[in-house]
Amino acid sequence: MDLNTVWFLLIWVLLIGYAILDGFDLGVGVLHLFARSDRERRIHVSAIGPFWDGNEVWLLTGGGALFAAFPVVYATVFSSFYLAIMLLLFALIFRAVSLEFRGQVDSPGWRRVWDWAFGLGSLIPALLFGVAIGNILRGIPIEADGTANVPFLSLLNPYALLIGVLSLVMFTMHGAVFLTVKTEGHLQQRMARWASGAWTVFIFLNLVAFVATFFVSPFLFEGALGNPLFWIFLVLLSAAAVNVPIAIRSGKFLGSFLASSIAIASTMGLASVCLFPRMVPSSIDLANSLTVYNASSTPRTLTVMLVIALIGMPIVIVYSAYIYRVFAGKVVITEDSY
Amino acid sequence: MELDTLFLSRLQFALTIGFHFLFPPLSIGLAWLIVIMEWRGWKRGDEDYVRAGKFFGKILGLTFVVGVATGIVMEFQFGTNWAEYSKFVGDIFGAPLAAEGVFSFFLESTFLGLYLFGRNRVSKGVHWFSALMVAVGATLSAFWIIVANSWQQTPAGFEIRNGRAELTSFAEAVFNASTWPRFFHTFDACLIAGAFLVAGVSAYLILKHNATEIARKSLKLSLIFGLVVSLLALFPTGDWHAKQVARTQPEKFAAMEGLIVGQTRAPLTVFGIPSEEPPRLNLKIGVPGVLSLMAFGDMDAHVPGIEDLRGEGHPTPPFVLTFVSFHTMVGLGTLFIVLTVFGAFLLYRRKLFETRWYLKLLLWAIPLPLIACEVGWIVAEVGRQPWVVYRVLKTQDAYSANITRGEVLFSIIMFGLIYLVLGVLYLYTLARIVKRGPETLPAKEVH
Repeated sequence: MDLNTVWFLLIWVLLIGYAILDGFDLGVGVLHLFARSDRERRIHVSAIGPFWDGNEVWLLTGGGALFAAFPVVYATVFSSFYLAIMLLLFALIFRAVSLEFRGQVDSPGWRRVWDWAFGLGSLIPALLFGVAIGNILRGIPIEADGTANVPFLSLLNPYALLIGVLSLVMFTMHGAVFLTVKTEGHLQQRMARWASGAWTVFIFLNLVAFVATFFVSPFLFEGALGNPLFWIFLVLLSAAAVNVPIAIRSGKFLGSFLASSIAIASTMGLASVCLFPRMVPSSIDLANSLTVYNASSTPRTLTVMLVIALIGMPIVIVYSAYIYRVFAGKVVITEDSY
Repeated sequence: MELDTLFLSRLQFALTIGFHFLFPPLSIGLAWLIVIMEWRGWKRGDEDYVRAGKFFGKILGLTFVVGVATGIVMEFQFGTNWAEYSKFVGDIFGAPLAAEGVFSFFLESTFLGLYLFGRNRVSKGVHWFSALMVAVGATLSAFWIIVANSWQQTPAGFEIRNGRAELTSFAEAVFNASTWPRFFHTFDACLIAGAFLVAGVSAYLILKHNATEIARKSLKLSLIFGLVVSLLALFPTGDWHAKQVARTQPEKFAAMEGLIVGQTRAPLTVFGIPSEEPPRLNLKIGVPGVLSLMAFGDMDAHVPGIEDLRGEGHPTPPFVLTFVSFHTMVGLGTLFIVLTVFGAFLLYRRKLFETRWYLKLLLWAIPLPLIACEVGWIVAEVGRQPWVVYRVLKTQDAYSANITRGEVLFSIIMFGLIYLVLGVLYLYTLARIVKRGPETLPAKEVH
């Protein structure tokens, strides 16, 4: 495997890490919109309180790594998706501060404002995440000279919206499963029902997306079907997907969370296998696509970055795991809580 | 000046970085003071310091969150608004940003969660360690960001190949000529910002007779800490940084010091009224020879002025803004020394807690170090113009040509509105936390 491929892999690992980790707190944010009492909402925010900051760093690191390893992809995609990225940033700003501001004033009206900010601030990124991946799978109009002009409204095409809804449902399922792990009693049962419901839609939309991709971007499957990884991800996805509701029904919520995480990882894994070696296909002419070779940094930079990742990421994973252990178990509301 | 995409993108960058840069200095400074407070609380078993740590920890949590929210914007904005820049420098500039995530930001955010929510879940030692990791993470973050920005000021370790800057030595790029002086000077400025926040808030609590014992201890701590770091801003960090700018970025040096025509025995400007195009310094008062001495350690050294540099074909930065910002920073830095020296004197005479006018002054001084940070950053960034990478890439060649003026206009208005709301809410929430004051009873679980 060459360096460029390694970095393609690592970027997707960071994206998948982000989807699994921030995915559950985005999902909790979506469910926040449907909570029935203030106590429930307080449990939501307390369940993710110690984690969400660290989770969001995966996005930041992913962005930084993309900039460093594939600057042309970073520059082209981010400038082409200008308004969408801005919308994402506005949502993430409100989401970040809403948890902090929410508990500051003891008034129901005040809290409602921040509950909405948190809910919408989670829903919009959960949706846009999929819309962005959908547009990349579909290809963007990259000219022969590498430039791309993408009007905002053209990003909202049916296929990208389908992938957007898929990611929204996927994160909602993931968030509901996470809450079954962190709660007890009625709330836990209701979250189990949400998880099962979202799971059904997730399976359905995943199938629809599969078929739609065959029609929208048939080129994606040309190389992929012969790649064993494609079939491994497909088997993993099926196995994990089957296990989400089974584990919920038998009360093995942690197992269900694991299954849901694997389902997310393998869904995204499939997308990455289909794209490779392209990173962003061109919808004008596939020859204009940005690939791991024509959009990358120099081998020297990729090597330096690999050293940074190999030293840094294991340490990150160790202390993150430690923090998750410290805060394991059901949510307890204390004075330190939000 | 035309309202085109380039100008609007520059304005947006200035607005978003200017707002963002209010928060990290406070977080960094606060985090280190909290490390000291929590250490004393743990090692001396002093409950006052524990409560002080808890109280300022709430302010840290709030400040950190606004810093994160506005920081994500910065990381994305290179790609959205400065695509040509990103393509040109990506081989070098992206690595420190990624390293910041991997080595620092993860550390800071993960352990902040443990620090804020884990007090009753882990041992006192581990809890103190979490505060330390927040401070270390925040400082390393600053380091990597300064590395990236310093490379723009004094680029090194690269070659222009294939129409872009390609890395030849990571070590040279990271430890370029300005990295260390800029890091220490900026880090020290962050510590000043934290010290003045803690001192001002403590002074307020004393004035209001709220949790007085805790406030006295934190005031004493932050004042002495503030005195040390205020002195360090002048010497050695400020002096070191100025010498480095004189050697490596003469255009910026000439503009900030107001030297129009180069000379030997160059004077240090104490007062002057600058005007633009042609750059002039009117009514100037200077001390002969001191600038030469300061810059090159020799009274007779020749310091090039703006006109000499232009004559050699080097474009120079906007004069008035660079000059005024620099002198505002120097003036504020001097004020910090005067204020903290006087406070230390009061403390020594055992009059500090009774000198109400001084306590009020400390409260009003809270924003001053942040203003110093802002104007310092303006000197760094405006003083580098018209280059985005000094003598390598011009700002006008760096923006995203594929976005429209309308798009940037929209985002700039949105950022303006959102940041206005955020700023007001931050101040409102900060005021509420401060008014409530530190807790007087230890926290218990509420079922």
